[in-house]
Amino acid sequence: MSNQIIQGVLLGGYYALIACGLSFMFSVMRIINLAHGSLAVFAAFALWWLASRFHVSPFVGLLIVLPLMAAIGWALQRFLLERSARGGALLPILTTFGLAIVIDNMLFEQFGADTRSLAPYIGSLSYDSWEWPGSIYVGKLAVIMFATAVILLGGLQLFLTRTRLGRSIRATSEDPDTAGLVGVDARRANAIAAAIAMVTVGLAGAFLGMRATFDPYAGAPQLLFAFEAAVIGGAGSLWSTLIGGIVLALAQTLGAQVHPQGFLIGGHAVFLVVLFVRLSTSGLGLRGLLRLPSRSAP
Amino acid sequence: MSAVSTSPVIERGTTMSRIAAIAVAIIIALLAVAPQFLSVGVVDRMTALFIYVILAAMWNALAGFGGLVSVGQQVFFGLGAYFAIRLADAGLNPFAALFVSAVVVGAVSWPLSLFMLRLRNGEFAIGMWVIAALTHLLVNLDRLVQGETGTSLISLNIYDASTRRVTIYWLALASMTALLAILFGLLRGSTGAAIRAIRDNEDAAASVGVRVTGTKRLLFVLAAFGIGIAGALWLATSITFQPKTYFNVQWTAYMIFMVLVGGIGTFEGAILGALVFFLIETWFGGTGVWYLVGLGATAVLFSLFLPRGLWGTIEERFGLRLLPVGYRVRLPADIGDGNAEPSPQQSTTSREKA
Repeated sequence: MSNQIIQGVLLGGYYALIACGLSFMFSVMRIINLAHGSLAVFAAFALWWLASRFHVSPFVGLLIVLPLMAAIGWALQRFLLERSARGGALLPILTTFGLAIVIDNMLFEQFGADTRSLAPYIGSLSYDSWEWPGSIYVGKLAVIMFATAVILLGGLQLFLTRTRLGRSIRATSEDPDTAGLVGVDARRANAIAAAIAMVTVGLAGAFLGMRATFDPYAGAPQLLFAFEAAVIGGAGSLWSTLIGGIVLALAQTLGAQVHPQGFLIGGHAVFLVVLFVRLSTSGLGLRGLLRLPSRSAP
Repeated sequence: MSAVSTSPVIERGTTMSRIAAIAVAIIIALLAVAPQFLSVGVVDRMTALFIYVILAAMWNALAGFGGLVSVGQQVFFGLGAYFAIRLADAGLNPFAALFVSAVVVGAVSWPLSLFMLRLRNGEFAIGMWVIAALTHLLVNLDRLVQGETGTSLISLNIYDASTRRVTIYWLALASMTALLAILFGLLRGSTGAAIRAIRDNEDAAASVGVRVTGTKRLLFVLAAFGIGIAGALWLATSITFQPKTYFNVQWTAYMIFMVLVGGIGTFEGAILGALVFFLIETWFGGTGVWYLVGLGATAVLFSLFLPRGLWGTIEERFGLRLLPVGYRVRLPADIGDGNAEPSPQQSTTSREKA
């Protein structure tokens, strides 16, 4: 049992990674990006393409893919989200959903329906493990993934609180107009935030590809996992996303013990339970993770 | 039978709307007798069109008028088909099962609404998607369904093929007409005023005593019921039930496409969007992936550059009076008792919010 718990906690690192970008964009731009999962799958395909075509190790490939993801984030904000956000809260949902359909089907057109994995391109890392006391084996990849999540979440937290750019991003998310008065360029801050979010999505895509298989339509489940982890974590700090990811992963691991289909059911069920408890006690939903007070509705 | 349910249209006091009402009645009458003259393939396609109109109108009721964008409406489509299978298996007449099933779906959506309607915007959108995913998994657990293998509405086989085809056609036509009439009546009445108030400014509406949650719940349940009928009818046309097909998010993608292209928040827009979608599907559906890419891209482009859709843009550009069909259902401008309010006109012009 303790083995399952450890594996579940480590898997939680992946969910925290993929939830990180979604929450980040929501807390800064108040936009829930429905193309989030599809973009992670896109990054995984980009790494797979580099590896299979040019024999570039996925870790080296990240040097190309992460800047590409940042550029995509920038462009996404400038050309799609900024424009659609002007039309109210509903249009960005529709725009990003349309984008997700385009990405999924373009990937299908390009790569076909086969499931792929980055595992063959990372050598023995995909199956190497350490033995922990009590003859528990933990995969090296899972540990790396978890460590990456911790470092990334901690780094983002430091970035937002300690740097000038981070502070201007937070100021923009609080109140773009007032931030503008004191010299913060809201458009720039939002575009940078979107670029950062997409870098985290790129990392999540890399780990998705390394630890499991993916196909062109794998984006939707990733979006749901990211959303569930973010909601379970709830408001607070970036660390609560990590907790959310771990709780989600544990529920899935536990569900899988009960029933073959229990993996997904367990995850969805714990999400609904947490949501129900939260709604019936405080009325809070997903509120981001930057320790920001929620912007009250106009 | 169907012409009766459009009677609210005639109550409108303008010449244009009377002409439009008569035109609608004639169109429905023609559609009702059409199977006598149409080929087998065309009858099937028309049935599909009616189902698309239902889907578009119901999603539009929720998103366009209630401000609730759901990406999980396929849950009601799938449940409509699933309950129909279950009820027919329990011995109910298959045609009756289609409608009882929709009632069950509506009943299920009520407790769900207590919970989901507390979510806002994107949270509601994805939250509904999670509900759909979970429901799909749970339906898979049913032994009758046998997981993704699925099952069939076998009891429909006692009817011969042509009777079945025409009956389903008529049921789809009647369902579409009735649902549109219910929606129309709702939008014309005091609920319609409440809906528009919520859409324009939810907090302000609440502050003047509009029952925001109650009104949204009404739309939520109506949309669930309507989409449940659509799912059950789709099952009747295709006989087989595979959970993966019915709980597929593509159904919601179609709804979003139809409503965005036609014009979100306009009664006619959803119908127009369904027609456009139907034609595109007929012509380009065979191109597979590129067809889907095209749908997604079109949805993005419309939301960016033409957020009011075709109908909204036509209305705006040509003015109401030039378009008889449009004028027929231009509700906000002259609700009978809405004149006490200073700005009925304003609520039509501030529609870009939707």
